Amino acid sequence: MTPIRKKRLMLIGLMVGAVGIAVALALTAFNDNLMYFYSPAEITAGKAPADHPIRVGGLVVKGSVARKPDGLTVAFDLTDNKDTIKINYTGILPDLFREGQGIVALGKLNDQGVFVASEVLAKHDENYMPPEVADALKTAHNEGVAQQAAKSIVQ
Amino acid sequence: MRFYHRLASPRHFYRIAGQWIPWLAGIFFVLLVWGLYESLFVAPTDYQQGESYRIIFIHVPAAWMSMFIYFIMAVAGAINLVWRMKMAEVVLVASAPIGAAFTFLALVTGSLWGKPMWGTWWVWDARLTSELFLLFLYLGIIALYGAIEDKRTAGRAVSILALVGVVNLPIIHFSVEWWNTLHQGSTVSLMGGAKMDPRMLRPLLVMSFAFKFYYGWVLFLRARNEVLERERNTSWVRELVEGKAT
Amino acid sequence: MSEFLRMGGYAFYVWTSYGLAFVLMTALVVSPLIEKKRLIEGIRRKLRRERREK
Repeated sequence: MTPIRKKRLMLIGLMVGAVGIAVALALTAFNDNLMYFYSPAEITAGKAPADHPIRVGGLVVKGSVARKPDGLTVAFDLTDNKDTIKINYTGILPDLFREGQGIVALGKLNDQGVFVASEVLAKHDENYMPPEVADALKTAHNEGVAQQAAKSIVQ
Repeated sequence: MRFYHRLASPRHFYRIAGQWIPWLAGIFFVLLVWGLYESLFVAPTDYQQGESYRIIFIHVPAAWMSMFIYFIMAVAGAINLVWRMKMAEVVLVASAPIGAAFTFLALVTGSLWGKPMWGTWWVWDARLTSELFLLFLYLGIIALYGAIEDKRTAGRAVSILALVGVVNLPIIHFSVEWWNTLHQGSTVSLMGGAKMDPRMLRPLLVMSFAFKFYYGWVLFLRARNEVLERERNTSWVRELVEGKAT
Repeated sequence: MSEFLRMGGYAFYVWTSYGLAFVLMTALVVSPLIEKKRLIEGIRRKLRRERREK
């Protein structure tokens, strides 16, 4: 490689490196703003701003979904397996909303510590499989849990 | 090395690309028919998302292409800046509209998938926003190249823009790990394998290979035009035009 | 067949996605083919003009 080309290569390497570092610094500085949602644990710890609407993301607790008589209002618990918060929401739920499903809700905490949501979005995971495989996995998982439970009782 | 030098000459590139075009197009169509058949008829229904997840067979290959093509453009930009190679510039410029189209396709199919599953057409999470930024980078490159009259200067300017924009690629890729996003994590990764049934993974991979060959095909079509335009005053183009009507 | 077209109720979303892919990818192939014809026509015309001027 001729010296002039070496110099050019170094220059563009420096350029991309400098831009990369600048962007990395900016992203770190704005890290909190880049989070699309908070977890229930972060909200109960008071990490989320209280004055304006925030998003909370987590799993809908199994057996917690209660529909009000008007058919549009639902109350459910949301958990990140550390903390749980209560959510109230009036409106149409996405097709994927169900117990155990990941969701993201936009809203505010009221005085009673209930999160009043104005929007609920479903968050699905990156696994794709046919229903029979999902069932088989579930059964296998349950059996595994049962076996472990049995073992722990024996011990 | 000799092959590399021949490809670097516009005249030989034009000829060699012309020979490759029917093959690239042919392989693309075979893979496309196979991929579509597997996507729509063989792949089973998803346990959670029903039939709507079949959008993945367009969405994910398009999103991969949007990043792959940008990477090629950044490499071409670097080669052009260091070695002042004309053909690298041609590849960069000819790739931009294809990359922009795939980025747009990834964004719109993502939106069409998000509405029924997430419950919204769009959210400003890190993944969606960085992919939208990629579309603006593509459009910026196309606009900048069109705005500068002198093509050599224009080529150098877009090379720099393409190179600087490359820092967006790791951001798009890792956005779902670095930040909380509504967008789910990666289904297919080089290290971790695929979190997907094999009957669903096969059409996804076949379609993504089909898109790669499509890119090669359209890139060569566009690059040949770019060469013709730049070299229109040379004797070989004149002979070519006067001779057969290829 | 109609069951297939219905896509489990997601017909609009699925078929719009596939349709848009088809339209975009077709346009991206057709446009350089038209452009090439236009380019070659342009070069031919220029050559003819030059020959007449000689």
